[in-house]
Amino acid sequence: MQATVLLWCAASLLALAVAAILLKSHRIASSLSYSLTATVCAVMCAIAVSCIGVAPSTGVTLPLGLPWIGAIFLVDPLSAFFLAIVNLGGLTASIYALGYGRHEQSPHRVLPFFPAFIAGMNLVLLAGDAFSFLVSWEFMSLTSWALVLVHHQDEESRRAGYLYVLMASFGTFALLLAFGLLAGPDGHYAFAVVRSQQISPPVAALVLLLVLLGAGSKAGLLPLHVWLPEAHPAAPSHVSALMSGVMTKVAVYAVIRILFDLTGPPQWWWGLIIILMGGATALMGVLHALFQTDMKRVLAYSTIENIGFIFVGLGLALAFQADHFTAAAALAFTAALFHALNHSLFKSLMFFGSGAVLTRTGERDMEKLGGLIHRMPVTALVVLGGAAALSALPPWNGFVSEWLTFQTILLSPELPQWGLRLFVPATGALLALSVALAAACFVRFYGIIFLGRPRSAASAHAQETDRWSLGVMLGLAVLCLLIGILPGYVIDLMAPVTQTLLGTHVPQQSSVAWLSLVPISKARSSYNGFLIFIFIAISASLAAYGIHRLASKATRRAPIWACGFSRLNPATQYTAASFAQPIRRVFGPFLFRAREHVEMPAPGSMAPARFRTKWNDVIWDMLYLPIAEGVRVSTDRLNVLQFLTIRRYLSLVFVALVVLLLVIAIWR
Amino acid sequence: MALTRDLIVQGLQMLLVVALAPLVTGFIRKAKARLVRRRGPSVFQPYRDLLKLVRKETVLAENASWLFRAAPYLVFAATWVAAALVPTFATGLLFNWTADLIAIVALLGSARFFLALAGMDVGTSFGGIGASRELMIASLAEPAMIMIVFSLALLVGSTQLSTIAAFMISPDVGLRVTLGLALVSLMMVGIAENARIPVDNPATHLELTMVHEAMVLEYSGRHLALIELASSLRLLLYLSLIACLFLPWGMVPLRPELSIATLGAYAIGASAYAAKLALGCVMLALFETTIAKMRVFRVPAFLGAALMLGFLGALLLFVSRGL
Repeated sequence: MQATVLLWCAASLLALAVAAILLKSHRIASSLSYSLTATVCAVMCAIAVSCIGVAPSTGVTLPLGLPWIGAIFLVDPLSAFFLAIVNLGGLTASIYALGYGRHEQSPHRVLPFFPAFIAGMNLVLLAGDAFSFLVSWEFMSLTSWALVLVHHQDEESRRAGYLYVLMASFGTFALLLAFGLLAGPDGHYAFAVVRSQQISPPVAALVLLLVLLGAGSKAGLLPLHVWLPEAHPAAPSHVSALMSGVMTKVAVYAVIRILFDLTGPPQWWWGLIIILMGGATALMGVLHALFQTDMKRVLAYSTIENIGFIFVGLGLALAFQADHFTAAAALAFTAALFHALNHSLFKSLMFFGSGAVLTRTGERDMEKLGGLIHRMPVTALVVLGGAAALSALPPWNGFVSEWLTFQTILLSPELPQWGLRLFVPATGALLALSVALAAACFVRFYGIIFLGRPRSAASAHAQETDRWSLGVMLGLAVLCLLIGILPGYVIDLMAPVTQTLLGTHVPQQSSVAWLSLVPISKARSSYNGFLIFIFIAISASLAAYGIHRLASKATRRAPIWACGFSRLNPATQYTAASFAQPIRRVFGPFLFRAREHVEMPAPGSMAPARFRTKWNDVIWDMLYLPIAEGVRVSTDRLNVLQFLTIRRYLSLVFVALVVLLLVIAIWR
Repeated sequence: MALTRDLIVQGLQMLLVVALAPLVTGFIRKAKARLVRRRGPSVFQPYRDLLKLVRKETVLAENASWLFRAAPYLVFAATWVAAALVPTFATGLLFNWTADLIAIVALLGSARFFLALAGMDVGTSFGGIGASRELMIASLAEPAMIMIVFSLALLVGSTQLSTIAAFMISPDVGLRVTLGLALVSLMMVGIAENARIPVDNPATHLELTMVHEAMVLEYSGRHLALIELASSLRLLLYLSLIACLFLPWGMVPLRPELSIATLGAYAIGASAYAAKLALGCVMLALFETTIAKMRVFRVPAFLGAALMLGFLGALLLFVSRGL
């Protein structure tokens, strides 16, 4: 029933895409399309939330796709949870675009693909068989690729689009093989049948590898992340928000669906691999984010960090599940889901904020911004909330998922395997490091863009953004705070998901006294965001009251203290690059091969002294460049094949035939 | 009745930490002065300084934003809440379950987040240099702190500070390598987080190597008073934390019945707490007088050592669990 309605909604999104093509760049096309998309997303989000607690239905079978099974679409708690995330993201992005979309120079390049992209993500989540899953997955990739190429005049956008489509095709290919292995020799593509099959351990291991390649490349897992910081920022900001906040969650869904649901009982070392990849992804993502000066690239790299965080949770859940600690597995899984939800909210908020800055100043380069807190006060306020949530500060929502993940790590000494016992605490240290670095990263992000003095004329004369954008950003910021204050309700909402996948769930939280969060037992650990919030509010107001009663109220505005110089040029402020310098000195030489060059002119020379810094993405240099070089060399060699005579072509065909026949003969 | 008593203890604790914090700072200054054979100012000098500051006119830079004015209150509030949740003379505070040790560390992180932002608000290089270095230090000190929390939590099976303190009083704690590593690491983190020598110099405004003081250079008047008080509070918090975790003797255990004996226990707890604080202050003064400040880019090595010690402690527990 719900699956049918959701399918109709997805179909209407596709119809909106077609309508947008017909309307072209008509005056009302933009607002009409976005408001209708927002409505459909709101409906779908409401249905999805109501479906989370409902047992999985048999679903709808459409006479499309593979002739012998058709296309199956259904909703179960897991997909309902992710449908809620996707459509909440779609809803906020559409509302935001009501204002933001007016600044789009070529709306006819965005409008058809935007609803289609949301429909694609929804269809991936609804798919109940491998074929429709893969078709929807590819549809989602292609529509988002089209959105990355909206500003195709830029060389950088084209490069990003090329890299994206390469990686996306590679990812789909890996997933195709994974489903092929899961389906077995008889080609059972429906998830319900796949689930009931037994898979031998080596095949399951191969599936794990392929899933990590396929879905991991979409999520931005190290070392498959290289396309993400290019492609996400290249799209218009509301699409960036969808790609970073939501599409990565669809990839997380794919991993969960295949590894937790379809691939039978897990092995402990699956968890270990995912934990290690997640930890490395988190640290490298945040370090990269710290060194970027393009604000949207900072956010894209921060997405990679958060994906790492989510994968550590998933890996822990797999490890616990393999060792039959189901309660701990449920907690780890809940932490990962919670972080997925959190990240979708605050990353959307941050991309919306940077989109607002981008339209009002025309600048993406942080080095040319500054002082926007005076020009765009409301945007500055809500982005501050998003930055606090991303830095995992209590009482915001980011802290809750971080806290839950740490609590899970503290349960892991119970695990019997030595590999896990050695590497889980190491990953804990990596996560603690990346959380602290994330705080540094967002102090830098916020401090350079919104605080200080304007570094360019555009930044000095910016105006506050439109009401639609402000409203939706404010809503998201409030949601982030509310989830941080009342996490118990959200965790209870996730209980059916963990129940269906792991067979147990975290104890009910909303009935705990004072709305505390007690994931294991009261003596072990508890956290109460609500009371922390109240305490901070009370003590801040007590301090303010005391100060205003006792202290002198005299306030004087004076020029900045400039050490005796009369006029201080804004260029003398700390820049984004100089802010990151201490951390670059600490981590750069080893992880990024960072080098600093100082050119001092000879005494008496009038030439300026120069200081240059350089760092490399080691993974790009060590992995991707050799592959690209290998492809180039081998295609050069194979070029000879283009100029053969017909005799030689025929003999090649003959040799190929003989070889294949031999293979079959040996195989039998 | 029990609830009222708990409320009173919690309220007393909140007032106590605020009232005591400047005294701790003054005591350390006095001890340092005596160690270099100066007479030094009175131990109550920090109170006079705060009083003087709140009476003074506040000078704001022309382009200071609302964040610059709000930050001192937020910093103070977050630090105060964190300090009020660390048991001082009695464990079993009423609200200690609202935030475990991880949350307390994160609350201090929030305070630092806003202080660093405030440092960048006016747009001078001093604020920027302070903020960027403070965050470099924090980015290593905070994970080290989390590793210490991990060690303690694994040992006790809880991240609740009260439970950990109760465990530390109990006889089954014994001598453990992990605890030694955690203590050394915690001291190093405490020195870095409180901007003490050798990481930073709390007494100077002149050097370019300063970190914390550079960040708050633009503050004056009542705002500066709040920030100074918050710094003192943070120092007191770390001293109380070390005392509560590693010298728990004399603390009033979990919620006893109210009687004359209990009042006596509270008195003993309070005096033991005062003695522990005094000991901590003297130790810190001694340490600071005998060591030179290090270059700022030596700090990562110092804190990296703290991180590794904490990690080693946690790892030992992970590995020894199965033996």
